[in-house]
Amino acid sequence: MTIENPPDPALRSTLRLYVAGDTPGARRALESRKILIEATAGEMDIEIVNILERPDLAETAGILATPTLSDESATPPRRMVGDISDTNQVLEYFGYRKKDTAL
Amino acid sequence: MTATEEPIIDPVLERVKTGIAAFDDLVMGGLPRGRTTIVGGTPGSGKTVFATQFLAHGITDLNEPGVFVTFEEPPAEIEVNMASFGWDLRGWREKSRLAFVDASPRNRDELVVGEFDLAGLLARILHAVKATKAKRIVLDSLTQLFDHFVADPTTVRRELLRTATALKKEGLTVLMTAERNSEYGDISRHRIEEFVADNVVILRNALERERRRRTIEVLKMRGSRHVEGEVPITLVENQGIVAVPLSSLRLEQQSSTKRVTSGIAELDGMTSGGFFRDSVTLVSGATGTGKTLLVTNFLAGGVAAGERALLVGYEESRGQLFRNARGWGVDFEAMEEDGKLKVVCLYPEAQSLPDHLLMIRELVEEFKPDRFAVDSLSALERIAPDTGFREFLISLTSFIKKREIAGLCTATNKSLVGGQSASEQHISTLTDSIILLRYIQEVDMMHRGLMVLKMRGSEHDKQIRRFTIDSSGMHLGEAFGGAPDVFGDAVVSEHRHE
Repeated sequence: MTIENPPDPALRSTLRLYVAGDTPGARRALESRKILIEATAGEMDIEIVNILERPDLAETAGILATPTLSDESATPPRRMVGDISDTNQVLEYFGYRKKDTAL
Repeated sequence: MTATEEPIIDPVLERVKTGIAAFDDLVMGGLPRGRTTIVGGTPGSGKTVFATQFLAHGITDLNEPGVFVTFEEPPAEIEVNMASFGWDLRGWREKSRLAFVDASPRNRDELVVGEFDLAGLLARILHAVKATKAKRIVLDSLTQLFDHFVADPTTVRRELLRTATALKKEGLTVLMTAERNSEYGDISRHRIEEFVADNVVILRNALERERRRRTIEVLKMRGSRHVEGEVPITLVENQGIVAVPLSSLRLEQQSSTKRVTSGIAELDGMTSGGFFRDSVTLVSGATGTGKTLLVTNFLAGGVAAGERALLVGYEESRGQLFRNARGWGVDFEAMEEDGKLKVVCLYPEAQSLPDHLLMIRELVEEFKPDRFAVDSLSALERIAPDTGFREFLISLTSFIKKREIAGLCTATNKSLVGGQSASEQHISTLTDSIILLRYIQEVDMMHRGLMVLKMRGSEHDKQIRRFTIDSSGMHLGEAFGGAPDVFGDAVVSEHRHE
């Protein structure tokens, strides 16, 4: 996958993971989130938004599908919908690098 | 509220009025509450207008707030576009009578991988519903949603069904629009209707004989009856979609026994006392036989009896009509000055038939006439495909009868001596009375003859009466001695006595 204009790491802020309650898909996404944070040694900061509790945040961000991992600081905002278990793919898409040099 | 687990077929489904009166008649009073309706149509067929009208009617007339979920145009654009129909979406939004869920395309990069659901959409809709206490939901249009998740239509289908089910559980009446590729063919591009809709409505904007013809058709109503077939519609400023009602739905007009004058004493005699108050009379004859004179007398007779009279002319200008009337001793100008008469002349080609019909309806609502004449229907027939003309006639006659207005229409025969015009064929079964005006030859003289061919609910003189026209109008004389054939080509009285 080739990425144009990867976000500038210096301007990077917290990403958001939008999930809808406690569904199998949401659970998988939350596990993937942990792995992503570990893989970047915490550089990738992902806030969880349960849209069932915060539908207003989903409205503001224009979220249709869950799970959605979103980087609102990118221009234009960058999102990944669905399966975020492929760590390499996710990191590359959002312009992060693994801290684990074993890669 | 009909919040049920399973879609039970309720014997009497509560109806939600759309604000398009004639459409509500087609579906027995409105869309069933708590059900999903798909409105399919090609681009420009009026889907968004229909959907917005559905919300607007709920908000302004029935205290039912609404939620507009847009997948296509941003809310700001919809607000501007719909303002011309007289809908203040912005005002309603500010008063929390309306909420938008903005799912229109935004500038962002998005990657879709693997499985997902549309819980985000549902959560946002329910959030908006809660904020407005909405009863009506519009999703416009599903086609854009499919385009958004183009790689996975199966998931979108499943999620839409889930969304629709959840909204129905809340007792919400859901209207979804879907784009069609052609006027006739698949209902929608993604065959959405098959899995998600209880009801299917089609809007069309077809080109027929070089004219745009907009129609609405109810294709399917789950668990409920509906009227079949296409009904003409038109888009009207400050109103939205107006469907043209068909009389087949409204044959319950009561028949009046009250008589009104035809404006000609002898003709009143022939019809046992004049026309009925709520009847439509067709005057048929070749050019020059005296149709416009009969119309003039009809109007003048009404005004003389203290009634209000309206004339819509499609063949002659106001100047000509007024001059003709003066020639027969009738002063239209004075009648108009008294506010008793209104004469409106239009070019048939100026607008489509549904628009003509609407204009007549507006004139009638505004002027409130007791009697109404159209001179002539044949001029209108030129501009419309056959089906359109028949629908127009049905609508017009049922409308004026419902208002208890005495109506008089003229039709021009192409042939000078007899035969039928097409408008006669259409209208003869719809009108209560038919008067024929004919040229009748007697040896070497041409006379004019008048005959009451049909009069519903009344005795009438069956003779063919000769008449003359002079500066004081029409004078009916004696019956013809022989038996002229008023229908045939060769009309020769005394030689056809066998």
